[in-house]
Amino acid sequence: MNLMAIIFVAILANNIVLNQFLGICPYIGVSRRIETSLGMGMAVIFVMTMAAIVTWIIYNVLLVPLDLIYLRTIAFILVIAGLVQLVETILKKTNPTLFRALGIYLPLITTNCAILGVALLNVQAGHNIIQTIVYAIAAAIGFTIALIVMAGIRERLDLANISSMLRGAAVTLVTAGILSLAFMGFKGIVTL
Amino acid sequence: MDILLSLVIIGGLGLIFGGLLAYVAQRFTVEEDARVETICDLLPGANCGACGFPGCINFAENIVKGNVSVSSCIPGGKTVCDNICEVMGVDSVASESKMVAEVYCLGTRDVAPDKFEYQGVRDCKAAMAYSGGFKACSYGCLGLGTCAECCPFDALHMGANGLPVVDLERCTGCGICVKACPRGIIRIVNADRIGKYVPCNSKDKGKVVREVCEVGCIGDKACVKACPNDAIVVEDNLAVIDSSKCDDCGKCVEVCKRRIIKDVVKVHHA
Repeated sequence: MNLMAIIFVAILANNIVLNQFLGICPYIGVSRRIETSLGMGMAVIFVMTMAAIVTWIIYNVLLVPLDLIYLRTIAFILVIAGLVQLVETILKKTNPTLFRALGIYLPLITTNCAILGVALLNVQAGHNIIQTIVYAIAAAIGFTIALIVMAGIRERLDLANISSMLRGAAVTLVTAGILSLAFMGFKGIVTL
Repeated sequence: MDILLSLVIIGGLGLIFGGLLAYVAQRFTVEEDARVETICDLLPGANCGACGFPGCINFAENIVKGNVSVSSCIPGGKTVCDNICEVMGVDSVASESKMVAEVYCLGTRDVAPDKFEYQGVRDCKAAMAYSGGFKACSYGCLGLGTCAECCPFDALHMGANGLPVVDLERCTGCGICVKACPRGIIRIVNADRIGKYVPCNSKDKGKVVREVCEVGCIGDKACVKACPNDAIVVEDNLAVIDSSKCDDCGKCVEVCKRRIIKDVVKVHHA
């Protein structure tokens, strides 16, 4: 499978939020304003790439040779949580500016299912390390795009005259559904 | 055998990451001033922004750095200021007495009509953008409740007559509603003030005020002449009562043709 196909599939055709329904919690929670969704997106790109690399190494160096593949979910959770905590501590000391920009989002995505999902999907698909990195970055970009599009729509919805029974969470979920339908349109353009 | 191996692997992973975390936590400790957290705990925690910083934690950081006066937390008032002074080891600054918000408009819909029907976004600022607001009086309250929505202390509510009502028990005088009101109807006043006040914001001439509102100040200076203490002045066609001179005699109330001079609302201390 070539890398372009991976990128296209991860960003559009198999968008992590809108087509695989992973990471719905931050998708609804942090999509109130474009600025915050952008910050969240950057943090997700950062963490997802790192988590994918480390989990790939753990999986292929530790779990596969020892025939312990069934432990991958619990091992990945452990590794991702530890890793994010580690990066957070180091970042706080070495790069306070970056920490202030990403800091509040890092704990939010420590145990996020999108991060774990991408790590698992990578090993399931049998990606090599290059494919893993590309897939993780592309999936995170897909997440960011979905988040920013949603935030843009919600910023406008704030000004719209919505009937009272639909206001708030209801109209947000309806919007998410329609957005998801739109992204379904990319399916079938590239087959894996 | 399998269970033992999985135990060792997962346990080992946990141990490695735990050890790494412990090492990194020591190696990369950031020296944080303990006073920041102590001060943050003392603050009201509403993150209202009245001090000029985005949140209470930022305010606390800047106090410790010495960038800002210890008395800058308006909602906290004197108690919080004294507590912060104790933490910082400085002498207590004589902070001002409690401040509250006061609404300077009486123009409900029946006495101060609209000049056109507005069906846009239910927000005063948006309404103002549409040909300067729908109310005939260009100084009066639009009554869409932008001030009530932005109050972080739930102290401001829209009354049944379409004017905001201040809950003086809850109001901290943070001034967020003052900034939110596009017509500048709300002012921050001393809670311990006494006497009367003129709840009108109109700087229009008397003739214009008569046309658009039944309860607007027309600036005819009848109250100025009646006041034995020279506490009232008319500036820009609007009577203003100086609460430091007013002795609550009530002579202005008797002569006011529009019956709009009111007693100041007091905080009822429990």
